[in-house]
Amino acid sequence: MEFDSVMLSRLLTATTLLFHVIFATIGVGVPIMIAIAEFLGIKRKDPHYLLLARRWARGYTITVAVGVVTGTAIALQLSLLWPSFMQVAGQVIALPLFMETFAFFFEAIFLGIYLYTWDRFKNRWMHFLLTIPIVLGSFMSAFFITTVNAFMNTPQGFEIVNGETVNIDPLAAMFNPATPVKVFHVVASSYMTIALILAAIAAFTLLRNKGSIYHKKALRLTMISALIFTAATTFAGDLSAKFLAENQPEKLAAAEWHFETETNADLVMFGTIDENGEISNAIRIPSALSFLAGNSFDTEVIGLNEFPEDERPPLWIHYMFDLMVSIGMYSLFISGLFVLFMIVKRFNEWNKPLLWGIVASGPLAMLAVEFGWIYAEVGRQPWILRGYMKVGEAATTSTDVGVALALFIGLYAFLAFFCVTVLIKMFKNKPAEAELEQRFPKGTID
Amino acid sequence: MSLEIVGITVLWTFLYGYLIVASIDFGAGFFAYYARVSKQEHIMSKLISRYLSPVWEVTNVFFVFFFVGLVGFYPDTAYYYGTALLIPGSIAIILLAIRGSFYAFGNYGSKNSSFYLFLYGATGLLIPASLSTALTISEGGFLDVKNDNVVFLAQELFTSPYSWSVVVLAIVSVLYISASFLTFYADRAEDSQSRSIMRKFSLFWSAPTILASLMVFVALREHNPVHFEKMLGLWWMFALSLLFFFIAVWFVYQQKNYGIAFIMVMLQFFFAFFGYGASHLPYILYPYITIQGSVVNEAMGTALVIVFIAGFLLLIPSLFLLMRLFLFDADYIKGKK
Ligand code: HDD
Ligand code: HEM
Ligand code: HEM
Repeated sequence: MEFDSVMLSRLLTATTLLFHVIFATIGVGVPIMIAIAEFLGIKRKDPHYLLLARRWARGYTITVAVGVVTGTAIALQLSLLWPSFMQVAGQVIALPLFMETFAFFFEAIFLGIYLYTWDRFKNRWMHFLLTIPIVLGSFMSAFFITTVNAFMNTPQGFEIVNGETVNIDPLAAMFNPATPVKVFHVVASSYMTIALILAAIAAFTLLRNKGSIYHKKALRLTMISALIFTAATTFAGDLSAKFLAENQPEKLAAAEWHFETETNADLVMFGTIDENGEISNAIRIPSALSFLAGNSFDTEVIGLNEFPEDERPPLWIHYMFDLMVSIGMYSLFISGLFVLFMIVKRFNEWNKPLLWGIVASGPLAMLAVEFGWIYAEVGRQPWILRGYMKVGEAATTSTDVGVALALFIGLYAFLAFFCVTVLIKMFKNKPAEAELEQRFPKGTID
Repeated sequence: MSLEIVGITVLWTFLYGYLIVASIDFGAGFFAYYARVSKQEHIMSKLISRYLSPVWEVTNVFFVFFFVGLVGFYPDTAYYYGTALLIPGSIAIILLAIRGSFYAFGNYGSKNSSFYLFLYGATGLLIPASLSTALTISEGGFLDVKNDNVVFLAQELFTSPYSWSVVVLAIVSVLYISASFLTFYADRAEDSQSRSIMRKFSLFWSAPTILASLMVFVALREHNPVHFEKMLGLWWMFALSLLFFFIAVWFVYQQKNYGIAFIMVMLQFFFAFFGYGASHLPYILYPYITIQGSVVNEAMGTALVIVFIAGFLLLIPSLFLLMRLFLFDADYIKGKK
């Protein structure tokens, strides 16, 4: 590996994005959970749910701040690190980037109002209504930025004639073939991840014996949500694989170490590969890859050998894909189990191993998001704009990228440290029971 | 109006919006820290935090809007500024990041940390200084283009009197705008102690603001005579700016009409800012980028303008609601809600 400005730019982009995406996922996922909890709280006149909404929202203020500042960083870095890419791609895909700023505006305004008006309206439903623009705004942010990323994978809406970009159609670029599936998978996985993280916190508190009825309600609510969202995520993931088989076969093939185009292709899980393409220690599921790619065992799956060697993505993304899928399966299992235990009265859903399993699922889900993005992005290599521009042609020629990389790594370490410390302090100083007593002394919501 | 004029007008208007709301925010950080150090904290800090808490994220979006829009309407700017500004741009981002996050950490998390407040106050002055250099660079003379490579002449920037005069102007303007607003806000809150402190600040920073503007004029004449000539052509805008300045100071001095005084301050900066901007045209980056030469293709440009209008219609009522709840609601300002 050579640390030229291209490599350093990639590293800096990857660092910023992988850090931002943690907070972006929180940003997309938390509003929906807050909205559900507040809705239940008002509907059932249950102070527990209202307090849940309120405490989640309070933690959210901290993570939003980090999401906003890292988002500002990545938006500027796109121009600073990939000037040639932005100069060309900007002609075609500037629209969703611009629309995204309106989504931010919208969300920011209503979030500001929401956080400071808990007790300002006589009718509590008024306050609940404010969650709608927030959920919508964060969804639109995710939607718009994901269309940009989709465009990089399946560019359309323009033609290159004699080096000039002509016949530009901004809407066609935005609604490119990758957009629907990608948006579905990204949004569903954000919802799922947040439901699991909030569940993990509740489960952890219960395990430490500090839990109460409040935490039990929280766990039930988040686990039911998690089951639904996880099912949606895996379904969307399945659609993504089928999409790749059709439109970006080299990405799927690299993830599956699949070289020869064939029907009845096997699914390869984990294992190792040597220089000659010999795979060992892997779990092979016969014909499963064909099924994943096209819902029938005799679907023909295009192999990597169809592509020139310098246009193949690196093979290590195999592990990213496998880890993401495994975590998806695990989450489906654990949330299904909890809900089953909840429904069948004979089982005890509060048993310790199950709770520990839930605690693990939160961080794992966030890791799955990271693995998924690494897979999606590195799987596009060597292209920055698939079929049109390679990463190497797009990077800045500045010689200072290394300095910038060091500065930003420092910044993110600093932000991560303070973010976690502040969050821990915030909730330690004010346990839920004490706050419940203080805000709702009569035990009812009015 | 042609696309490139519409585009730059929209962007410049948003940059003006950012100039006002961000100055209030940046300056407030300084005053909050000052209040802590001079032990007058209990009076002012509540006031400042009541205003800032609900709106700081909105302020940031103004900025994001501006540069995303700039790259959208004029993609070539990404190429020139992007290549040249990696390090100064990164430093500005880092300062903004520290400020934004520590505001939230300090405000919602652990109250009363002097360290957070110091960072918050210091970055409030450093950020305008570093952001203003983007405008300085746009005057030309700080970038060199050699066989398709853009090189940033940092040495020139650090030794240029023009560049330093802009930095000074940025900092004093921030303090002046912020103090004028907070005087008005304190008045609305019927918080007479804060009002009298902020009023003194507002008067104190008024003269330096005008002096610094004159310095910028003088330095620009040396640095970019072409632009200076064009500014003289728009002399009436700067004259109006000066007039509004006098009215504003007069009201504050008379201890009345603080609201109108603040509007006068906004008008003062409006005319100066648009006078500067209009005379800068057609260049975005002298002499490499003009608005005509760099404007995005027509299909995209039209789409951006349509989205802008639609988005604006969505924003106006929302912003109005925000202001009604937090800026014009007397009970909220007084801390009763
Ligand atoms: C909680 C997170 C999570 C979980 C459990 C899964 N995914 Fe995923 N996956 C993502 C989070 C994610 C993501 C972060 O949202 C990605 C990255 C880029 C994208 O479009 O979505 C992604 C990308 C991604 C891609 C690449 C899409 C592209 O580049 O266009 C495929 C093929 C899959 N996923 C397939 C799956 C399958 C078959 C799963 C089965 C269980 C699965 N994912 C679970
Ligand atoms: C937020 C979720 C995202 C994450 C976590 C992410 C992650 C990554 C990673 C890990 C790389 C490094 C790839 C490599 O070096 O081989 C990368 C590259 C890149 N990504 Fe993404 N990405 C995300 C979304 C996006 C979006 C929405 C865009 C465009 C608007 C984008 C633009 C780029 C660019 C320009 C590069 C550098 C070129 C390249 O290496 O392919 N990314 N990203
Ligand atoms: C190249 C990729 C990206 C860029 C350029 C980008 C840009 C930004 C910017 C500028 C902000 C700050 C907005 C503000 O000032 O309020 C932000 C925040 C945010 N971003 Fe990103 N973003 C990227 C990737 C993503 C992805 C992939 C998602 C969603 C899956 C996402 C979701 C969000 C959300 C929800 C926020 C709001 C802050 C929060 O609630 O935490 N972003 N982003």
